[in-house]
Amino acid sequence: MTRSQGTPKSGFPAAARGASKAARPRVLPGFEAALGLTLAITGVLVLLPLSSLLVFAGRTGVPKLFATLHDERVLASLRLTLSTSLLAAVLASVSGLLVSWVLTRYEFPGRRLLDALVDLPFALPTSVAGIALTTLYAPSGLLGKRLAGLGVEVAYTPLGIVAALVFIGFPFAVRTIQPVLADLEPEVEESARSLGATPLQTFFRVLLPEILPALLTGFAMAFARGLGEYGSVVFIAGNVPMKTEIAPLLIMTKLEQYDYAGAAALATVLLLLSFALLFLINRLQGWAERLGRRGA
Amino acid sequence: MRIEACGITKSFGSFLALSGISLTVDPGELVALLGPSGSGKTSLLRIIAGLENPDSGHVLFDGEDATRRDVRERQVGFVFQHYALFRRMTVFENVAFGLKVKPRKERLSRDEIRARVKELLRLVQLDWLEDRYPSELSGGQRQRVALARALAVEPRVLLLDEPFGSLDTRVRTELRRWLRRLHDEIELTSVFVTHDQEEALEVADRVVLLNQGRVEQAGAPEDLFERPASAFVMDFLGNVTIFRGRAEDGRAHFGPLAIEYPEHAGRPSVPVAGYVRAHRFDLARGEGQKSGFWAVVKHVSPSGALVRIDLSDGELPSTRVELSRERFEALNPRIGDRLFVMPSEMRVFPGHEDGTLTERPPET
Repeated sequence: MTRSQGTPKSGFPAAARGASKAARPRVLPGFEAALGLTLAITGVLVLLPLSSLLVFAGRTGVPKLFATLHDERVLASLRLTLSTSLLAAVLASVSGLLVSWVLTRYEFPGRRLLDALVDLPFALPTSVAGIALTTLYAPSGLLGKRLAGLGVEVAYTPLGIVAALVFIGFPFAVRTIQPVLADLEPEVEESARSLGATPLQTFFRVLLPEILPALLTGFAMAFARGLGEYGSVVFIAGNVPMKTEIAPLLIMTKLEQYDYAGAAALATVLLLLSFALLFLINRLQGWAERLGRRGA
Repeated sequence: MRIEACGITKSFGSFLALSGISLTVDPGELVALLGPSGSGKTSLLRIIAGLENPDSGHVLFDGEDATRRDVRERQVGFVFQHYALFRRMTVFENVAFGLKVKPRKERLSRDEIRARVKELLRLVQLDWLEDRYPSELSGGQRQRVALARALAVEPRVLLLDEPFGSLDTRVRTELRRWLRRLHDEIELTSVFVTHDQEEALEVADRVVLLNQGRVEQAGAPEDLFERPASAFVMDFLGNVTIFRGRAEDGRAHFGPLAIEYPEHAGRPSVPVAGYVRAHRFDLARGEGQKSGFWAVVKHVSPSGALVRIDLSDGELPSTRVELSRERFEALNPRIGDRLFVMPSEMRVFPGHEDGTLTERPPET
């Protein structure tokens, strides 16, 4: 919704709206100051660093940008980053949905503890998480040993990257879906069941339309986080060029080789891709929201 | 359909919600489960519906054990206190839901579903709102949509959990009369939960009064009102003033009041409580033949057909009296007047020496 005027969201009765600008009563104070502050903060914190990147990349020139993109190793790293982030975001959303479900629908001893545990990946230094996961999934590790017996290698493969990204992205999914589920009365599901709906029908016809927007938000956040994640991945990935080298790491590598232009070019591509994808998901969310409201 | 509940026990953690409840609902009957909050009435309804499992006991539908039957297969229509409508669906889609989720071979055709939903919406007088969303409806309209939705699947029983609980008084009274008429029309075995004694007495064929997970009394509304089985029933169903005293020699004494209490004749003195309904008092300016006591008028609320007068004196409990308008106008009592209060009917129940029962302040 676009608003040319600083009308607070609640809106005013028609009479007040018709009054002259100066006399307009305003419940929320200081719209101009608040907007200014908002723009200033977003500008300094977000836009400035990003635009300086664009300026730097621009200075190196478009040809260089394309040259970077033609490099097989760069393309492979981008492909890897995108695919692992996507897969991890899907897994994080599904498991996040399940966990939020349990946290909101059941009362059991240790529920609050479990609820608190969900946030831990937020707080843990990502490198620590990476080392922990590597130890766990390494061929000699607790889980890695058993998985290796089944012929599944996790550490030092793309699968390991996915594992790390799920770990990092999962709290985002839980924390976006949980409030929506908590808001949804369990009676709604009970009434669907009493009307003869199977659990699957209840989920797809009643629950999913309600939580789809939140689910997409959680997905988008987990996905965005996955695109940029570096710390936890570099330990478990093994970082073999063309195989398990993610784009953020390649940027670091280029920086270490004093290839600033290359790093900036790759960073720009990553940035644009992320932005395009997040924008797409945002549109999807709007669609889900409308779909829900239409009750389809 | 006949519903039987036999020896239902249910506890939530350390809280015993239902302790060995048995009850029968005859086909076509409209039964009210009445009780204060925490009496277990909603738990019992949910167990009948299959939304909750009893710890022990059985639920029989027409003599068949349905205790372990899934809620989907019980063919019950359940109406929730807060409607539980699907807010992302229109009124039409809400009502059609139960028909659309049926397995393909049982499902009606699109046109048949359409016709059936229209018919139900006409029944609940909402056919003009079929394209609206629940958020665009008033509370009373939402509840009627919920009812139509529950009826759509042709349930064998209709269960309603505090169906009028979240509506304002006026809508509530209208809607409960309407429900009674609807029930007479479709003759579906129905059970509804309420904490409002007036609602239960007005709407139901039979009232089951629950207290602390047990049936206190079950019977026709007039039975419960006129022949309460316990002090609790008497207290719960009407505005009562409670006097405390002792029974001696076949008479019960409450300060200046004394009435015959033949059930107690020839036994040692015991504490008793005397219960008088508000409309079973008369007031006079002077002492008459009848036994009574003097009290001062504290409050008069002269609205409605009955006039409520609260009186108190230092010693006896504060007394709520309801007079007919004619009687009130003849007497014309004012705040501060000293009047003679005469109970015309009192029920005596044993016990209450421990002081567990406290007078409730008169409700206004």
